[in-house]
Amino acid sequence: MSKKNKPEKSTQEPLFHIVKRSGLVWWKSWLIRLAAIVLALIFSGIVAFLLTKENPISLYATMIDGALGTKRRVWSLLQNLAMLLCVSLAITPAFKMRFWNIGAEGQVLIGGLATTACMILFGNKLSSPVLILVMIVTSILAGAIWAIIPAYFKAKWQTNETLFTLMMNYIAIQTVSCFVYKWSVPKGSGKIGEINGATQAGWLPSIGGNKYLLNILIVLALTIALYIYLKYSKHGYEISVVGESEKTANYIGINVKKVIIRTMFLSGALCGIAGFLLVAGADHTLTTDTAAGRGFTAIMVSWLAKFNPVYMIFASLLLVFLEKGAIEISTVFGLNKAFSEIITGIIIFFIIGSEFFINYSIQFRESAKEEQK
Amino acid sequence: MASEYAIELKNITKRFGTILANDNVNLTVKYGEILSVLGENGSGKTTLMNMISGIYFPDHGQIFINGEEVVIRSPKDAFAHKIGMIHQHFKLVDVLNATENIVLGLNEGKKFDIKESAKRVAEICEQFGFELDPYKKIYEMSVSEKQTVEIIKVLYRGADVLILDEPTAVLTPQETQKLFRVLRKMRDNGKAIIIITHKLHEVLSLSDRVSVLCKGKYIGTVNTAETNESELTEMMVGKKISLNIHRSVPKDPQDRLVIRHLNCINREGVKQLDDVSFTAKSGEILGIAGIAGSGQKELLEAIAGLQRLASGEILYLNPQTGKTDNLRDKTPQQIRDLGVRLSFVPEDRLGMGLVGNMDIVDNMMLRSYRKGKSGFLKRKQPKNLAESVIEQLEVVTPSAATPVRRLSGGNVQKVLVGREIAESPTVFMAAYPVRGLDINSSFLIYNLLNEQKENGVAVIFVGEDLDVLLELCDRILVIGSGRVAGIVDGRTATKEEVGLLMTKGANHLQEGAAHE
Repeated sequence: MSKKNKPEKSTQEPLFHIVKRSGLVWWKSWLIRLAAIVLALIFSGIVAFLLTKENPISLYATMIDGALGTKRRVWSLLQNLAMLLCVSLAITPAFKMRFWNIGAEGQVLIGGLATTACMILFGNKLSSPVLILVMIVTSILAGAIWAIIPAYFKAKWQTNETLFTLMMNYIAIQTVSCFVYKWSVPKGSGKIGEINGATQAGWLPSIGGNKYLLNILIVLALTIALYIYLKYSKHGYEISVVGESEKTANYIGINVKKVIIRTMFLSGALCGIAGFLLVAGADHTLTTDTAAGRGFTAIMVSWLAKFNPVYMIFASLLLVFLEKGAIEISTVFGLNKAFSEIITGIIIFFIIGSEFFINYSIQFRESAKEEQK
Repeated sequence: MASEYAIELKNITKRFGTILANDNVNLTVKYGEILSVLGENGSGKTTLMNMISGIYFPDHGQIFINGEEVVIRSPKDAFAHKIGMIHQHFKLVDVLNATENIVLGLNEGKKFDIKESAKRVAEICEQFGFELDPYKKIYEMSVSEKQTVEIIKVLYRGADVLILDEPTAVLTPQETQKLFRVLRKMRDNGKAIIIITHKLHEVLSLSDRVSVLCKGKYIGTVNTAETNESELTEMMVGKKISLNIHRSVPKDPQDRLVIRHLNCINREGVKQLDDVSFTAKSGEILGIAGIAGSGQKELLEAIAGLQRLASGEILYLNPQTGKTDNLRDKTPQQIRDLGVRLSFVPEDRLGMGLVGNMDIVDNMMLRSYRKGKSGFLKRKQPKNLAESVIEQLEVVTPSAATPVRRLSGGNVQKVLVGREIAESPTVFMAAYPVRGLDINSSFLIYNLLNEQKENGVAVIFVGEDLDVLLELCDRILVIGSGRVAGIVDGRTATKEEVGLLMTKGANHLQEGAAHE
């Protein structure tokens, strides 16, 4: 208060205020994101040290080892990455249309159920290529139907798609649980176990001894296809217009109802494929946990990547890496699983928080700058 | 401490990104005077006032109240300094009544008594000559009554400095006169009043002094008694511009669009269009005049296939085939499939005409992307169109890949109008196409409309500025409360004549609401 030598400076002026940026050069925004990750690692290192008294560097080393330490771990990481990416791809057209499909979990499960049904019922009756074709078609249809039901109600009666798709998840889980009991081996055990273990009928073939490679290649192809679909096709353009402004869509004569149903068909179909890949390409069995929460994690991936399929590769990699690494930390240092979730939480918080600094800048008051000198 | 000024602003500067909204602005207002802040749209008037009322915080500069420097961080701070602002868009709760809205958010530190509050509201009305029922619900009120509530809300909080942002934009001429009487009474009571406007005749009839802003810069302050319209215009636009809009005689006008007995009822059961009939002819500009919300929007949207109608016919006489089609209850796509080339510049540019987050090229594509059998987009033609629109209409933009929401209002409008004209329409409808535009952009739009007219297009122009309508249009349809109050010849009609027709229609609905 005594510093009143400059009369035109007000001492009550707020220390800083927030100003919206008008577009940032791409490298600056990436610099901010990078800084956020570095800060997150430092901060979670400190938290880790305070909580566990372990050396943060060795914690991070364990993390990298857990995710990438052996060849098997790398393959497992890539497989998990591919599966998360596949579900993320699936929900993206719907999210871009501002249709909050949080029913991916259920759509994946139903797709997986369809695949399982084909494997169990036709396993010994059809030749392998035909069987796999039938599995693909039924799982796509199953996922799509599961997604179209809420889409139809939304288009026709403006029901709330968030609640509707969420509820459909529970129906899917219970349906799967019912069939798991029905097909359980041995009868009544509540577990299906490995399907067609002896004949491997309906299993996706392994390429060059790598059993996950086909899965990964399929998802990679889907990523490119979806990128092109969203950016260069007329359908993709319509999805963007409907998502940004339904009024504009009506004004230029887009049939909004048709676009909603068509896009949810696609979304559900891709979920169906994810279910197919999980059952036929990886697990060779079905449980109520086959989707493993990916339907929800995918929402985060899709948003983090701003609905861009190529960025989603990196967003899924980050999340899968963190998950794998954190599990390793818990086992090696004998910490409980909550600890790994704390670390994951801190890192994601910093990354999402960095978006604020990309869109806004903070201006300190001039007197504060002078005081700092 | 005793200063002659209620508020003094010194070197106020405010930036939004790269845009300098206010550049070293100085302003003073005394108690017992009405100060007009005059400037074209986008000259920084509202931004400046928002800094006094605590909505924005200045980047540089100082604010003095009664000679003492103050910091206004929020509207609450502004009220503590007895400053109140009446915004252009009302901030009222529809289901509450007048008194409830007025006391909302107020903490007087004692038990709340609605009766006592209503009594005080009535006292304020009495003192300044407002007409208001303290228990009337907001949703039952006319625009002018809602404005009254907003003003009383500010007075109730004890404001001595009142800022009104474009208060007459939504009022009829009669309501405007009533408002002015109240404002003069408040001035005589010793209040300091700032009114933001861009209407010169209001400035001259109401205020004591005028401060002029131009493109964010402070130009100067003059006493109203010592100035005139042409001097103020010169200060406002930097150079003298007369409103000489070119108007050619229609060539071979032929019926293009025949509207018969349109009726439209909205969800609340209110008649938006009431037996509307008229004809739009090729090669002429048909103006539509009326107070905002008299059914203009519904009328244009009905023609464009976006509004359900209770009854009536919209007949399009196709000049190519000579056939007559009824466009009623057809979707925009069906209308286009009939071969009707109808362009529509809606009032809500970014919410309806364009997609704000898409770039100029993708917005150009909105009308044309369906062309061709391929499932993929062809961006080459839209890109060429975007570039030619940018060049010919002088759109100020970093590139064709800039999202349109980043452009200023005038440039957004140029993009939209450019796209609609590119469709080479036979009917061109524009709702408030120059709203928010500076004089140069407005004239560019007038010229484009004239060009369309000379090409034999039937132009329908919904406007708000009567001077413009009277200079631009061949015929003017006056609409009031969804009815056609009259169709007059643009060359011979007078402003008073049109104004009278406008209010005649409006009074029909608001009977008993505001007695003159």
